[in-house]
Amino acid sequence: MAIVPNPHKTTGVLGWIDDRFPLTKLWKDHLTEYYAPKNFNFWYYFGSLALLVLVNQLLTGIFLTMHYKPDAAQAWHSVEYIMRDVPWGNVIRYLHSTGASAFFIVVYLHMYRGLMYGSYRKPRELIWVFGCLIFLCLMAEAFAGYVLPWGQMSYWGAQVIISLFGAIPVIGPDLVIWIQGDYIPSDATLNRLFSLHVIAIPFVLVGLVVAHLIALHEVGSNNPDGVEIKKHKDPATGIPLDGIGFHPYYTVKDLVGVGVFLMIFLGVVFFAPDGGGYFLERPNFQEANPLVTPEHITPAWYFGAFYAILRAIPDKLMGVIGMGAAVVIFFALPWLDRSKVKSIRYKGWMFKTALALFTIAFVLLSYFGMQPPSEIGTLISRIGTFVYFAFFLLMPIYSKLDKTKPEPERVTYEAH
Amino acid sequence: MKRINRYLRPALLATAALGALPAHAAGGHGPMPYSFEPDTGNLASVQRGARNFMNYCSGCHSMAHLRYSRLGADLGIPEDMLAKNLMFTSDKPGDHIMSAMPAEASAGWFGATPPDLTVTTRMRQPQWVYNYLMTFYLDDNRPLGTNNLILPGASMPNVLGSLQGWQVMEEAHGEQDEGGHGAHAGPSFKRVSEGSLSDKEFEKFVADTVNFMVYAAEPGRADRVSMGMKVILFLLLFTGLAWLLKREFWKDVH
Repeated sequence: MAIVPNPHKTTGVLGWIDDRFPLTKLWKDHLTEYYAPKNFNFWYYFGSLALLVLVNQLLTGIFLTMHYKPDAAQAWHSVEYIMRDVPWGNVIRYLHSTGASAFFIVVYLHMYRGLMYGSYRKPRELIWVFGCLIFLCLMAEAFAGYVLPWGQMSYWGAQVIISLFGAIPVIGPDLVIWIQGDYIPSDATLNRLFSLHVIAIPFVLVGLVVAHLIALHEVGSNNPDGVEIKKHKDPATGIPLDGIGFHPYYTVKDLVGVGVFLMIFLGVVFFAPDGGGYFLERPNFQEANPLVTPEHITPAWYFGAFYAILRAIPDKLMGVIGMGAAVVIFFALPWLDRSKVKSIRYKGWMFKTALALFTIAFVLLSYFGMQPPSEIGTLISRIGTFVYFAFFLLMPIYSKLDKTKPEPERVTYEAH
Repeated sequence: MKRINRYLRPALLATAALGALPAHAAGGHGPMPYSFEPDTGNLASVQRGARNFMNYCSGCHSMAHLRYSRLGADLGIPEDMLAKNLMFTSDKPGDHIMSAMPAEASAGWFGATPPDLTVTTRMRQPQWVYNYLMTFYLDDNRPLGTNNLILPGASMPNVLGSLQGWQVMEEAHGEQDEGGHGAHAGPSFKRVSEGSLSDKEFEKFVADTVNFMVYAAEPGRADRVSMGMKVILFLLLFTGLAWLLKREFWKDVH
């Protein structure tokens, strides 16, 4: 039976495949004929870098899983075994532990890019929502992974975070036991967090990343000017006048970004893998001991802001709700911003001030979230929490009142 | 001027408060009278440290994650020398460095089982360990007659006392000492009996020991750093080429 020849007119092995599977179509749709705005700036490296870090986490994770023992009696020792007896195990482990921090750095900057240039606005709401789900998964994944080395901070961090569920009225205490599988964090807890960390969450995470990219490639990328390149197409070819093929233009550009990023990232991996005690916490070099509480139980640096919000609110249940809301509120962003323009370049002083205050609040919250409780810390955290939520909740008002500048018709770009 | 002050003062106060906080956070470790930078590149020092550790520490403390053979290979100690001079509890070079002391018994004798020291310098930091070993002092209130500045109430006896000489602690009152320097309010120590080593020799002894412990905390460290150099050199080349490639392609973009 003759088959319908593929529309790409490819022959040979590729032709054989294209007759049966849309390989050339996928290649074109997502790379060579995915037209991205030509005016991407520094902030646009972090999407592809996030993908790079994800791959790093998956690959190093596979090798760590080959040697790690998810057993409360052996876990901590198996990590030291990886550090010593597995060839280059120390580097594999550092790639993974530094990768976790790098993931958050890159994703925070990626999200910040979205905030600045209005990448969440119509028609990109679903890209943003998928992105927020990725962020949620990432937090769960990081938390589960943080517990696996079964050091003191792993153990007590798990204890603090899981106990938060105990604040939920009525079902709270039973819920905590159900999550832990025991009355305290124990072998059962470690085992289930291992299962979630290596199977369930990565599976969902990768699926969400695919959805994020499918949605992006459906509507096209935003850009620093926040104007749609699809409004001005070449009448002959239908290609956006300000669009360039993702491959080769952005693949070669991102390659430079990858080089610079890897120099910094691997600089930490090879020369300062502890990250000053922030990437590998010092108390975690001591095996988990349910009978000895560490001096200060601090969250990983990337949870600092959310932990500070939790502590800033005096009531435990309200604190937990506040912390949850601080994450979930990101989902609502596309519907909170009522500005006539997308990009910060054409927004007025109100949005710029609000974003600046939000940035300062986030940094201060992150810092004080990692410090032991203090009076000034609590005060600043409370102000920070207020500013954090005001940024979102007042956005419908200030983004509407704000005087915007006219957007250009086409993107601004100077060839270099 | 007055008006500027009114605006500046809160800002300055806030800055000062921010600056003061990390110091506060680092507290809890108490004062550190000695500063110390580990040097694991000094092979002779790390070798001496291994000797010190095996002779003075390994009776009670294990290094449960370090194998004799790894130590020998990394520090250039031949196996026969290793077996003769450093292996007291095990006859197989592939074994881990385990103390012969039963954990339950030692808990009874000292009040706590002597902790494993494999990664202590990563948990406590090298400077902490150095200061800990330097600041044992006589204290009649303690069951073993000694106390420690860095870890008050330490249950470890002053094993190195006969080398360092026994010392008592004198509470300083935050005033300048005789030398005119050192306005720090930290306590000072006075030797009450001479040890078998001079001050300089003892400082070196402790430094060697801590250098060895830093090595033991991550034996793969030297390989990692040298690999890192090569990786960064490669990346410099790679990034340069990638940049040239990018520039070439982007000539078409107007």
